[in-house]
Amino acid sequence: MKIGKQSWSFQQKPVISSSATVTGPFEGKGAIANKIDLIHKDLYMGQPSFEQAHQQLIEDACQLTVQKASIRYQEIDLFISGDLINQMTPTNFAARHHHIPFIGVTNACATSIGALALSALIVDSGNAQHILTGAASHYAAVEKQFRYPTEYGSQKPPTAQWTVTGAGFGLVSQTGKGPRVTKATIGRVIDLNQTDPFNMGGAMAPAAADTILTHLEEHQASVDDYDLIVTGDLGEIGQSTTIDLLKSHQVDIPKKKWIDCGLSIYKADQNVFAGGSGAGCSSLYLYSQLLDALNKQELNRILVIATGALLSPLSTLQKQSIPVIAHAVTIESEAI
Amino acid sequence: MLNTDKQQYSQLATKHEKKRPILLNCVRAFIIGGLICVVGQGISFFYMFYFDFTEQTVGDPTVATLIFITMLLTGFGIYDKWAQFAGAGTAVPVTGFGNAVISAAMEHRSEGFVQGVGANMFKLAGSVILFGVFSAFIIALIKTSLIQLGVI
Repeated sequence: MKIGKQSWSFQQKPVISSSATVTGPFEGKGAIANKIDLIHKDLYMGQPSFEQAHQQLIEDACQLTVQKASIRYQEIDLFISGDLINQMTPTNFAARHHHIPFIGVTNACATSIGALALSALIVDSGNAQHILTGAASHYAAVEKQFRYPTEYGSQKPPTAQWTVTGAGFGLVSQTGKGPRVTKATIGRVIDLNQTDPFNMGGAMAPAAADTILTHLEEHQASVDDYDLIVTGDLGEIGQSTTIDLLKSHQVDIPKKKWIDCGLSIYKADQNVFAGGSGAGCSSLYLYSQLLDALNKQELNRILVIATGALLSPLSTLQKQSIPVIAHAVTIESEAI
Repeated sequence: MLNTDKQQYSQLATKHEKKRPILLNCVRAFIIGGLICVVGQGISFFYMFYFDFTEQTVGDPTVATLIFITMLLTGFGIYDKWAQFAGAGTAVPVTGFGNAVISAAMEHRSEGFVQGVGANMFKLAGSVILFGVFSAFIIALIKTSLIQLGVI
């Protein structure tokens, strides 16, 4: 059901009946390693190139999600996913193995939540029984495309972020046991003239603030209704900027109620500058740590907002500012 | 819905932005860059004492040796970690140039030798070569003109 201009409320409450996460060696030493299903020991993941390794991440996560749900690929109606690489080849190529209908979506690092919202909408409307959805990113493949060669010695500023190697996928189903997707808000593209590609947090903060404000407004909810507000990859700078932006709009989210996935995947001694980022950042954290907490009912209602900076290396060189977007979903445990 | 304009936001964003530690970066660059030069000097002395090189001719083998060492450090994934610490200290010496070429060559190995390695090897260092050669040409032109005119 549509609410307001940008929001949906799902009457049938689609269930995330299964999920799986796969990651690389660096994240495997991180803070949530014990919640991750498969950790590859090598960044190449047994593949000849980083792009193919990226594809391997997606294939592994999909395979594990389906296995855990104890269903067959034939029973899945749709696959909705995306990544950051040109022409989305890792996801497109991974999708050729499943033989299930596929829609590729990409909103940079907001892909995971955009895809989840879309999946929930389709399942809610009764047009699909099971939808496989998620997002992934691979450090070396993404760095290669957006920045410098992996081994090039450039000094990154403290505002830079670290692309997460990880894939998180979930199965959105009409029935079953698990956390439920109850609400969503689709973000609009915002551009406040930020131009520094090494400060994504600063660029993405307005999108996060806008979507959070719209979500609370249109669903007539308040921060107190949620056990936790989770943002995708704002990092330190984006998070503190968003807090200030929200405060100026009379929304105060206490620090203990707010988690940023990019700041929660790594340990403090793994120097990742301002935090993790990438399409796999929010999906990795959501489909491992957060779903686990929702399943155990340690958390009962959370708002997950994934933010994306919609730039390309070309747009940066041509001196264009960075447009940004954020999507939000509310996920509730079975206790509600 | 968010209600802010570009100017307001740019002030807020600047307030939250973490600045690069420029002074610290300079000190680190000075020390590490200097150390690389000391190593280079050591290599020069080595060639002059043990081989038949003079102060004028020792430059070539020294540079080649430094680039060879850089190649190993880049290949083993060490150079970029040092560079994060040293900044300009590892970028400015010839080792930084070597690293730019070698890292690009490695990165594009998966696309083949001709269209991958060959075409991309100089994508970072290419502009250094272009503008380096061009500015050397201009300087030489000025110097030659001045000599012809009898100024120097």
